[in-house]
Amino acid sequence: MTQPAAKPVIIEFRNITKRFGPVVAVDNVSLAITEGEFFALLGPSGCGKTTLLRMLAGFETPTSGQILIDGKDITREPPNKRPVNMVFQNYAVFPHLSVRHNIEYGLKMEGVGADERRDRAEAALSLVQLEGYGERMPDQLSGGQRQRVALARAIVKRPRVLLLDEPLSALDAKLREELRFEMSALQDKLGITFVMVTHDQDEALALASRCAVMHKGSLMQVATPADLYEFPATRLVADFIGSVNLFEGRVLAEEADHAEIELPELGIKAWLDHGTGSSETLQIWLALRPEKVELHKRSNGEGPPTLEGTPAGYNVVKGTILDIAYLGSESVFDIRLEAPEGREPKRIRVIRPNLTRWDQEDFTWDENVWVGWHAEGAHVLLA
Amino acid sequence: MQGEIDWKRSKSGLAGLLGPPLFWFILFFAVPMAVVWAYSFGTNVGIADIEISGTFANYARVLEPLYLGILAKSLAFAALATLICLVVGFPVALAISFAPPGLKTWLLIGVMLPFWTNLLIRTYALIALLRDEGLINQSLSLAFGWAGFEPMQMMNTNFAVMVGLVYVHLPFTVLPLYAALDRLDRSLLEASLDLGAGHLRTIWNIVIPLAGVGIASAVLLTFIPVLGSYLQPDLLGGPDSQMIANVIERQFKRANDWPFGAALAFMLMYLTFFGIALQSLLKKKERTE
Amino acid sequence: MKEPKALLDYARSWPLRLWMGAVGLFLYLPLAVLIVMSFNDSRRTTKWQGFTFDWYGKVFQDTELMGALGNSLTIAAFSTVISLILGTLAAIALWRFRFPGRTLVDGSFSLPIVVPEICMGVALLIFFARILPWPGGMVWPLSLGAIIISHVAFSFPFVAVVVRARLESFDRSMEEAARDLGASEWQALRDVVVPHLQPALLAGALLAFTLSLDDFVITFFTAGPDTVTFPVKVYSMVRFSVSPKVNAISTLLLVFTVLLTFIALRLQAKAEAEKS
Repeated sequence: MTQPAAKPVIIEFRNITKRFGPVVAVDNVSLAITEGEFFALLGPSGCGKTTLLRMLAGFETPTSGQILIDGKDITREPPNKRPVNMVFQNYAVFPHLSVRHNIEYGLKMEGVGADERRDRAEAALSLVQLEGYGERMPDQLSGGQRQRVALARAIVKRPRVLLLDEPLSALDAKLREELRFEMSALQDKLGITFVMVTHDQDEALALASRCAVMHKGSLMQVATPADLYEFPATRLVADFIGSVNLFEGRVLAEEADHAEIELPELGIKAWLDHGTGSSETLQIWLALRPEKVELHKRSNGEGPPTLEGTPAGYNVVKGTILDIAYLGSESVFDIRLEAPEGREPKRIRVIRPNLTRWDQEDFTWDENVWVGWHAEGAHVLLA
Repeated sequence: MQGEIDWKRSKSGLAGLLGPPLFWFILFFAVPMAVVWAYSFGTNVGIADIEISGTFANYARVLEPLYLGILAKSLAFAALATLICLVVGFPVALAISFAPPGLKTWLLIGVMLPFWTNLLIRTYALIALLRDEGLINQSLSLAFGWAGFEPMQMMNTNFAVMVGLVYVHLPFTVLPLYAALDRLDRSLLEASLDLGAGHLRTIWNIVIPLAGVGIASAVLLTFIPVLGSYLQPDLLGGPDSQMIANVIERQFKRANDWPFGAALAFMLMYLTFFGIALQSLLKKKERTE
Repeated sequence: MKEPKALLDYARSWPLRLWMGAVGLFLYLPLAVLIVMSFNDSRRTTKWQGFTFDWYGKVFQDTELMGALGNSLTIAAFSTVISLILGTLAAIALWRFRFPGRTLVDGSFSLPIVVPEICMGVALLIFFARILPWPGGMVWPLSLGAIIISHVAFSFPFVAVVVRARLESFDRSMEEAARDLGASEWQALRDVVVPHLQPALLAGALLAFTLSLDDFVITFFTAGPDTVTFPVKVYSMVRFSVSPKVNAISTLLLVFTVLLTFIALRLQAKAEAEKS
């Protein structure tokens, strides 16, 4: 998996543990973030991602472990002495100060002179496209505008790292999408390292250059968005990022350029275009993203389809359509798969893009189909 | 508000609910108050008879230097006691608002418990501390007796009254302050710290302005009851520490000049109403914020 | 391992701990001294002369004092019951109904809370002396009527405030659900609203009881020579001299109030826990 090369590490968590009474919020996390990254901490609520961010900001002190910024131990530095600034989830724009005074607040605390404060605040306002809003009071702003003020207030301090706590979660869907692009552009322009916390996988995938998936206080996987989606390390990650169909399996034959897998739940064999790295006795799981599964007609007695890169008889199973959800751009199918004698029939979720206006009529309820996937469509999980 | 019932739809329902308390309020509060008010415009004729003559003579007497002086002193006492309560109580309220939940409950109980105990007993308890042979003088003479320490007179002084007023009214300040600080969004404080301000600057720049209305409200909630205090000047003070309530009491119990007492009582009422008006103005401001 | 202090946990920073300690000492030292001295075997000095229960014995032999205490508890009990009913009725009426003059009534009901005690005291003195004299020579406890009426007049608005605050947190759709399921307006009130009020009723009752037991100034003006209450009696004892007997009876009352407060808090916490 790719690491941005030659860039220095800016933030380092070393064996960070944080307990709140009996609750372990963060459990022995070690993580390095390099300069210029847009790093996302992703996970369900309560997974410890916010605690990790708050420890980086200085609002919480780790129970054990160290946090380094630019190689300097800042574990016990108070927040006002750290070269990081935060955009709060609820923005925390000071309601009794005008937009300008909000933005100048941090500079005033640094002792920056009035003229320079004014200029830098002005520049920050134009950077977030709020020119002319300086004299407004926060209660005269919309949610999106308040978010921009919070952003301007943080970046005007020229921090080494900008922290974003669920930055878009309080906005409606349209605005969220708009601000996503803006935030990306802003990060390119400023070149500051961004660390973002989010429970929204779309947000993380769209914005981040690298993501850490957290679960119950531990890091599950740290990778680029594409790697997280296409090569998840565990069932948990696969399930958390997007949706996935999982089938139990056992490796029958393992070569460098292909692998053969038995899927007892379906009574078929699967063919993979790469080795699994697993030994032949271990249990593995075959992960199939819904959009990587194909449907083929079977209602008039058609035979099994040929699948790219796959020998005949592999990667194909009989099924019956239980339910169809038409979503406009695509349709989602819930399909019951035929099971061998004495086994519960499994179900599979299939997403089919509606490429023409008539595609949605291709299949109907209770229709018998062939369900298949390419040799490079599936991914093997060892845990 | 949604879900409220228009009275026309259920006249008997409203009458059944509101009737008894309203009756009690009018007969045993509004009427007596109105009578005092009427008496404040009355003249003594004979020993027990008072004629409501519509005179302003009683109010004119209130403005005599002696009584004006007592009024001014009451206001000054109340102002000073309120200020001390505020200075003493603010850090306490701050600590309670940001304490972890378990500790917070205990601290709140700690502040409120004296509030629940008998006022007279609390005032009396101070006497044991402050009198010439009281605990403070005894400990001091034990410690400094070799240096020729003589017991200080604290009882029956303005100092004792001030201690009593602060002692009794401190919870009145801490609780509204706590309520105001507890409502503050913690992330605003964190944002201030994040932007480079220390704790003291955060308190000065963010906490105090944002809790301003709550602080003002705490001031009034302390000031109004202190102004009408009777027991502390009576039990702890000397002849020159009388406050307005003590003068009122004297008119009714000893001097037997009810019309003048009524005028004094209503001076206190007018001041209280002024305070309440200010308080409700603040409340309105808080709501619009 | 000791947990690091949370950033805004001011209660754990040492200057504030010192401050809180000093305030705590200020609030509790006088009461502690009072309690300790109630066991002191000395009539006059505050010097410790040895441990004794004598003063407690003397308290129970003092028929006047015990009579005053009996009066106070009786008055408090009556006042609590009536205040609870009136306060609850007022709170529900103001919460449920929209009617002309509601703001006026609402504001008026809060007057007894803020009006200086001395003013209300003289008002009731005049009222019971001139307007509606309470008939003398009535049997106990009817002889306490004037005081009970006065106590209710300043207590029920406190109950109303507490109950009102609780009503604000009531989800009106619960009542609507009850109505939807066939309950009449009164049944819905009884079955859904009143149970929701339970913790507030408890808190209101405790408040009314302590307010009544605590009151000196208003009672001072409405009590007759044969209706002396506990605070009035203690006041005359304190005026006269500092007596260790007052220490003893004060300690008893302190313990009683603290117990009452804790029982009420317990019950309230339990009621809250059952709700959630």
